[in-house]
Amino acid sequence: MKRALSPRPWPAFVFFLVVAGLGPVLDSFWLSLLTLVFFYALMGLSWNLMMSAGLLSLGHALFLGLGAYTTAVLTASGGISPWLAIPAGTVISALAGSMIAWVGGRFSVRGVQFAVLTIAFAELVRVLFDNWNFVGGTGGFFLKAINPDTNRPLLTLRGGALFFYFAFLAITAAAYFLVQRLMASRWGFRWRAISEDEDAARALGVPALRSKVLAVAISAGLAGLGGGLFGLMQGSLFPDSTMRLQLSIEVLIAPIVGGLGSPFGSVMGAFFVVPLMEFANVLGQRTGYYGVNTLIYGIVILAVIAFLPHGIWPRVVQFVRSARPA
Amino acid sequence: MTTLYLNVIAGGILIGIVYALIALGLTIIFGVMRIVNFAHGEMVVIGMYVGYGIWSVTKIPPWMIAPVAALALFMLGYALQRSIVNAFIERPQHAQFILFISFALIITGLHLVLFGPDSRPIDIIESMQSYSIGPLRLDVVRSQAALMALALITGLILFLRQSMLGRSIRAAADNLIGAQVIGIRIRNVYSVTAGIGMACAGAAGALVAPMFDTQPFLATDFTLIAFIIVIVGGLGSLTGALLGGVIIGLSEALAALVFSPALKTVFSYALLTIVLIWRPNGLFGEQSR
Repeated sequence: MKRALSPRPWPAFVFFLVVAGLGPVLDSFWLSLLTLVFFYALMGLSWNLMMSAGLLSLGHALFLGLGAYTTAVLTASGGISPWLAIPAGTVISALAGSMIAWVGGRFSVRGVQFAVLTIAFAELVRVLFDNWNFVGGTGGFFLKAINPDTNRPLLTLRGGALFFYFAFLAITAAAYFLVQRLMASRWGFRWRAISEDEDAARALGVPALRSKVLAVAISAGLAGLGGGLFGLMQGSLFPDSTMRLQLSIEVLIAPIVGGLGSPFGSVMGAFFVVPLMEFANVLGQRTGYYGVNTLIYGIVILAVIAFLPHGIWPRVVQFVRSARPA
Repeated sequence: MTTLYLNVIAGGILIGIVYALIALGLTIIFGVMRIVNFAHGEMVVIGMYVGYGIWSVTKIPPWMIAPVAALALFMLGYALQRSIVNAFIERPQHAQFILFISFALIITGLHLVLFGPDSRPIDIIESMQSYSIGPLRLDVVRSQAALMALALITGLILFLRQSMLGRSIRAAADNLIGAQVIGIRIRNVYSVTAGIGMACAGAAGALVAPMFDTQPFLATDFTLIAFIIVIVGGLGSLTGALLGGVIIGLSEALAALVFSPALKTVFSYALLTIVLIWRPNGLFGEQSR
């Protein structure tokens, strides 16, 4: 039981190491594609953490966007080093997450109602940012262009494709090991207990409110961290793209396709879903039918949820185990 | 000044009745199957395209097309339930959610492929006209839409109360096991319920087609409005959906007048948050849980 919940870390470690080794030999197309894969893997890990506590988030774009905006505004308008701005964004997102979790937990807003509460907060903040001139409103917030000759990526945390490849790989791998450890810790057991039956868990002495606030705070913090770096990579932020509901939906597809049970499922899901998304986008542009990407996307999700109810990763694990002599 | 407010309130109530029809569909599906139709707004948009399509060929006013759109969406809802959704009834909630998200993506994708992203306005002379009742001026298109929605809602409630099938739907919502014990064929009830729920969305779609220019991306807005209404009113409660629709219609209209049209959704979300904190299961939801 204990083994199953906390698998030995080194296979995942080797996996991330191999992916890191690929970095220098990849061309810019693959670099940017895999960077996006890491980003969605991170978001999936973050979303999955909340789901493991039985909390369905449909407002993850809020945490991502708050991290991105805080980091960008502090570095551009405040002149603060991104090494401090990104943690600030992480903390702000975590605080926003704790607040939503507290409101939901304190007033026993559960299930679908909680999911809609996350939409409500995300949309409220999005419209607020749309109308907030200090952060550029709907017109967007822009970072100054960097001079590639004098720029030192380790100082500005902005660099070329290879820099962001390693940066996102590093935080995604770190987030993976963090979530893995958390799920095997006492908090992980509390979260699973709450998601199975909250009333029963409380009766057994699980501090439900504190557990939920912690889960959402860590989840939101991870999303804020990824969002902060994402903002630095993009160089421009718009409420209607960084905080839109569609993004909150996109984020939850990789962990579900990959498999909700294990953190590695979220990572695998991103490796499957993001290239598919890119392929569908290219197909849409080539054929001139812009709906083709949405359509393909929907059909694949339908197929996975109908035929692989537990996702792709558990099936792969099962297959490998059955192929190996016991 | 008072007349302005009165007119805005009247307009808000009229659109609220159409919203109520949309929300009614969502709440009926939830009440019977405990499933949240995340593709509800997409169903509304299908109804809008049916309304637009029939209007552009025949020039029949869209409010008269609503029953046709309802019939089309009933068949779609029935078929979807029979072929796919019934297999998901016992699955965990997030699986059901993802299923409907995939429906939503497929429908929007199909709309984009078939009709493109352009918005399609319905130009009819009634859009410019209004009825005058004393100091009140009621928009003709909105009044027709509200009357038709009211007629459909009344018909639906009569159906649920009087007909045998309607009673079995209510029985299934009240006590699933009891309903099965007395021999109600539950899968059939589910399929009819899904059909009815989506028919509500489709009919409302045809009704709003002249007010909002038809285009695929409106779907999310309608899904969210329907969500807000049913959660304010109480998931599964018919009264809640009807009153919630009018409340949200009113709050949107007043927020647009008093503050700014851009902030009308903020107002609805703030209202939603307050209601959730005050009564987590909505104004008319079952409070014991």
